[in-house]
Amino acid sequence: MEFQEVKHSIPKVDGPGLLKGKSAYTDDITTDTALIIKLLRSPHPFARISSIDISKALKVDGIEGIITHKDVPRIPITRAGQGYPEPSPKDKFILDEYVRYVGDEVAIIAGINEKTVQDAMKLIEVEYEILDPVLDFEKAEGNTTVIHPEKEIYSMFPIGLDAKNNIACSYLNTMIYGDVDKAIAESDVKIEHRYYSQAQQHTSLEPHTSSAYIDVQERLNIISSTQNPYHTRRIIGEALQMPLRNIRVVKPRIGGGFGSKQQIHNDLFCALVTLKTGKPSKCFYTRKEVFENTFTRHQMRFDIRMAADKQGNINAIDMQLLSNTGAYGEHALTTFMVAGSKSLPLYNKVKALRFEGKVVYTNTCPAGAFRGYGAIQANFALESAVAELAEKLKMDPVELRLKNCIKEGETSPVFKVMGEGGEGIAQIMESCKLDYCIKRGQKLIGWNKKFPSQKISSTKIRSVGTAIAMQGSGIPLLDMGAAVLKLNDDGFFNLLVGATDLGTGSDTILSQIAAEAIGVPVDRIVITSSDTDTTPYDVGAYASSTTFVSGNAVRKAGLEMREKLITEASRVLAVESGEDVTFKNCIFTSKTSDKSITLKELSAGLYYQYGAEMKQLISSGSNTSPKSPPPFMAAYVEIELDTETGKIDVINYVGVVDCGTPINPNLARIQAEGGILQGIGMTLFENVIYSKDGRLLTNNLMQYKIPSRQDVKKITVEFAESYDPAGPYGAKSVGEIGIDTPPAAIANAIFNATGIRMRSLPFTPEKVLMELYKK
Amino acid sequence: MKITLKINNQVYTTHIDADESLLDTLRKLGFKSVKKGCDTGTCGVCTVLKNGKPVLSCQILAARAEGHDITTVEGLGEKADEIVDAIVSEGADQCGYCGPSLVVTTYAMKQELKDPTIEKINQYLSGNLCRCSGYEGQLRGIKKYMGVK
Repeated sequence: MEFQEVKHSIPKVDGPGLLKGKSAYTDDITTDTALIIKLLRSPHPFARISSIDISKALKVDGIEGIITHKDVPRIPITRAGQGYPEPSPKDKFILDEYVRYVGDEVAIIAGINEKTVQDAMKLIEVEYEILDPVLDFEKAEGNTTVIHPEKEIYSMFPIGLDAKNNIACSYLNTMIYGDVDKAIAESDVKIEHRYYSQAQQHTSLEPHTSSAYIDVQERLNIISSTQNPYHTRRIIGEALQMPLRNIRVVKPRIGGGFGSKQQIHNDLFCALVTLKTGKPSKCFYTRKEVFENTFTRHQMRFDIRMAADKQGNINAIDMQLLSNTGAYGEHALTTFMVAGSKSLPLYNKVKALRFEGKVVYTNTCPAGAFRGYGAIQANFALESAVAELAEKLKMDPVELRLKNCIKEGETSPVFKVMGEGGEGIAQIMESCKLDYCIKRGQKLIGWNKKFPSQKISSTKIRSVGTAIAMQGSGIPLLDMGAAVLKLNDDGFFNLLVGATDLGTGSDTILSQIAAEAIGVPVDRIVITSSDTDTTPYDVGAYASSTTFVSGNAVRKAGLEMREKLITEASRVLAVESGEDVTFKNCIFTSKTSDKSITLKELSAGLYYQYGAEMKQLISSGSNTSPKSPPPFMAAYVEIELDTETGKIDVINYVGVVDCGTPINPNLARIQAEGGILQGIGMTLFENVIYSKDGRLLTNNLMQYKIPSRQDVKKITVEFAESYDPAGPYGAKSVGEIGIDTPPAAIANAIFNATGIRMRSLPFTPEKVLMELYKK
Repeated sequence: MKITLKINNQVYTTHIDADESLLDTLRKLGFKSVKKGCDTGTCGVCTVLKNGKPVLSCQILAARAEGHDITTVEGLGEKADEIVDAIVSEGADQCGYCGPSLVVTTYAMKQELKDPTIEKINQYLSGNLCRCSGYEGQLRGIKKYMGVK
């Protein structure tokens, strides 16, 4: 299909400005004279504050306020920003007498500068009654330690919250299709294994930052590195019992999010201090705080049974899941459900399917949203298990996948049963080029020559591995995004969207969609995004929603604007119907009379010259959809494994992606490449490690390593020709799909190199070496 | 204490704390291109040029920067354009937080590397972490700028 503006790789609209260092991020654009906020944090993984004395600290010159749990409203909230009613348990107080992990907030301290605040912090005297923590998530359920003994916590609808047994939520007896036990018993070949995936830290390079001030209308303004300004406003209103009309939340540029900014972090501390003092305030987390006190990916344990007949038809999958949400339950249920709903439909020909399990509390850093959001964990387990089944069937794993994977025009029972937090909606795959992706990737990596492995020296083996993945495009009939277009007198348009660009390039691709729909060059679009006062509603950037959900809203607004322009042009050209008028190259031309007018002339007329016909042209669109077309990807990795050291080098990682029409192929490609590398990091070395007494050991970038430029030799991304009729100009999402495959693809490559099956992430050299020794 | 710094060919006299990092001083003086990312000298987003060589401004005391030429991306002006074009034409800028430091390091690399190769580029830039892009797109752009095939 031919497009003028979309499917073109234009530079990001904010790219040059950001690279040249324009002030753009929260800390850059907020006042340097704001009060600085720091948090006194718990040194214990679980304790009750028996007394707290701030009197000495308050006397420090320059201290403007200290807030403890005695000073804040006792209203249980959740910091997760994802919906209303919120599926996460309401189990957090702004400050509480209980501290539930090392780093849980004890007091908010505000002063004129960082040094003053640090000095005052040392003078706060706290006595703790130290309690026994639960650090091992496999021992959490029914433990004598109850992490949330408070009476007030609740869930907004039934999620299986059972706080006295340390269960944040459970999902049982629901995702059942056919008779799993019977189908497995009757199958020729079966496997049963347990897999572990670890917690991972997002490590967006901009630390979480928030700033607050009171404006001339005496309203609370929050400028925040948030992925979802509207949820942030709602949560602040709820926590502080303020009408939302008195709160404005603005997202400026964000230095990466990956889900870490889908929860509120320091916004409430800034709001409290500014409301208390009347002065601007700012809270810029240290990297240590980012590691210790924001969120991680959910640690998960999967028990999988899978069975097939001798011909390799997969008959049954049984997936039992235990997930660790840490001290608080943000995104506990929904990440859990995504683990099932964004993995199991890949194998849609099964006769029986079961998915169930629980999410438990522990006294560790809370888990939250993270790119992949359950899907990457489940992909590791499922795609490892499929490879194990192929091995037992003596079948090429590529053939097994091609035989069993979902295809265009098909569906899976999972879509209807499982949504996010509740029931889902049935979906037919109107675009699915997964089989093409599998075959194309097989060729690009040179599978037939390289599978399973070749020894290249006495200590080095090269091998290949593969995995396939799916994601969604927003949450059907829960996610809504909106857009407004406004014509200006020089013939350009303001595009106002609530959608949140966190570095993904959504401001750019939404501008391209608007330009395509109106029929003007993209440089006629000026975008403003993510301001709860001036831009329309949008859920925010998560669940791979922006391109599909917000993009369709922008397309609707654009088409409406085009219609309005043609109506006005027809009137000015004195022709009867809009159908007579064409709009091309910013010129309106009448086919019958040959008269024409430029967009610039028309817009000047509408604002200055047309007398009684002068008017502002504005259009809007909002969008929600019962559909969430999944993007698909087939991945192939070639590794070099050193049998002397256990080290794994990624030689080439091939991803062939079906994301429908890539609105901006360059930006889509970077999304996929960046996701793949983040997934490789999780696979090979990123690990959140605690000491025996519950302190985080990996609390800086020297202990917690993310991939550098030298860690991966090559990443190869290609897109399948694909068009989804539900997407804006055929587009599906691309934000998360890249991250899902590396754990399984690399585990499968390790097996192909050595015969060793790694079932616990990450695959550090020492772990690989230990397995080699055991062999 | 009072110090005099030469930043982007202009002289600034300012009061600092004795233990203040050059990063904090630069941001206070309005050079917001210099970012804070990790507090341990690991991520590279605070990179500036000291006498033309990339350094981590979080690891240098402001007081020790006296008498040296400090350059931030603001000071590169048009000299940054070619690098910026190379990166944005690949869409490899993403969130942009590591961008200004990558630009100044790449500028220094061009002066320093006489015989650039992909390996040398990746080695030279290895201290500039990026969590978004996966590096491939940045390499595609920077290779062009460096004249490496």
